Amino acid sequence: MTVALDTGGAEAAGPWIDRAKATHPSLIDSAHVLDELLGVVNVPSGVWIDEHGTIVRPPEPAFPWRPRQPSEELLAQLPPIAAEQLREAQKIKIEPERYLDALHDWVKHGAGSRYALSPDEVIIRSGGRDIRDSQAAASFELAQHLQRSGDPGDAARWFKEAHRLQPDNWTYKRQAWSLADPLQGPTDTYESDWLTEVRKLGPENYYPPVRL
Amino acid sequence: MIVDRLDQPPADLEQRTGWSVKPEGACRGEVCVPLPAPFDTAELATRLRMALVHDEQHGLWALGPESGGHTLTSAELPEIVLPDRNGRDFELRSLRGTKVIMVAWASW
Repeated sequence: MTVALDTGGAEAAGPWIDRAKATHPSLIDSAHVLDELLGVVNVPSGVWIDEHGTIVRPPEPAFPWRPRQPSEELLAQLPPIAAEQLREAQKIKIEPERYLDALHDWVKHGAGSRYALSPDEVIIRSGGRDIRDSQAAASFELAQHLQRSGDPGDAARWFKEAHRLQPDNWTYKRQAWSLADPLQGPTDTYESDWLTEVRKLGPENYYPPVRL
Repeated sequence: MIVDRLDQPPADLEQRTGWSVKPEGACRGEVCVPLPAPFDTAELATRLRMALVHDEQHGLWALGPESGGHTLTSAELPEIVLPDRNGRDFELRSLRGTKVIMVAWASW
């Protein structure tokens, strides 16, 4: 199943779901509830849940395949910022092959799979949450509320506060940037943008390594 | 959770956090944390280590999740109900009995 984390709701995520013609449950989380409940900090993130409703792997980078490398011809047709982003995205380290192998192993062996974690390990791997993280979540929720209420200026103030409090949360950043510019390029609203931040961090560090 | 007044518990407190306000205090499962009367969301936030952020201009507060521990306090999937593309609510609980991979994505 999939869950779209989109403040814009069905208007934003719906056309993608339609295009995919998905036959699995395809849900929309316009309030970013999964961020808060499970600790999703970037997409795509996968969570494995067993037959009893127990999480056996908490959120982690989950690529189903290695995206195709865009041709120079395609890149030439894109807005310059989008082409630059795609070039940088090629340098991002992902491990879809290992991840899919592990997923297939779990499907076959269930609790006997070495990739199915114990409840204690799931909790540990979900990471710590300090008071700044809680403040960031509250700030992000205020921002979304104001955005939906038609006050994008004040929303941006709270989005920035969430970014300041939890700088490694890419969901907070990418959602906010996309509301100011669908391409997440430089704007007058935010001091930074996706390409700048990825280059600062190093594309190889954009996703944490999957600990299989 | 967005709240516009502090003198009553947020309506979606239990759904979002598992905590509910009872006469004996804030309770989740067998654990109850005493709360002073009358009810005050600021006290609840302090005692459960939840951030309470205030937007004075709009007269709003936002209550953040519990802090001081792990993001997940249990491996049991919380009760989550989300709409599908057509606005129909879907309970994740309905998938019990099968293995599930839940992939979070976004249009942005």
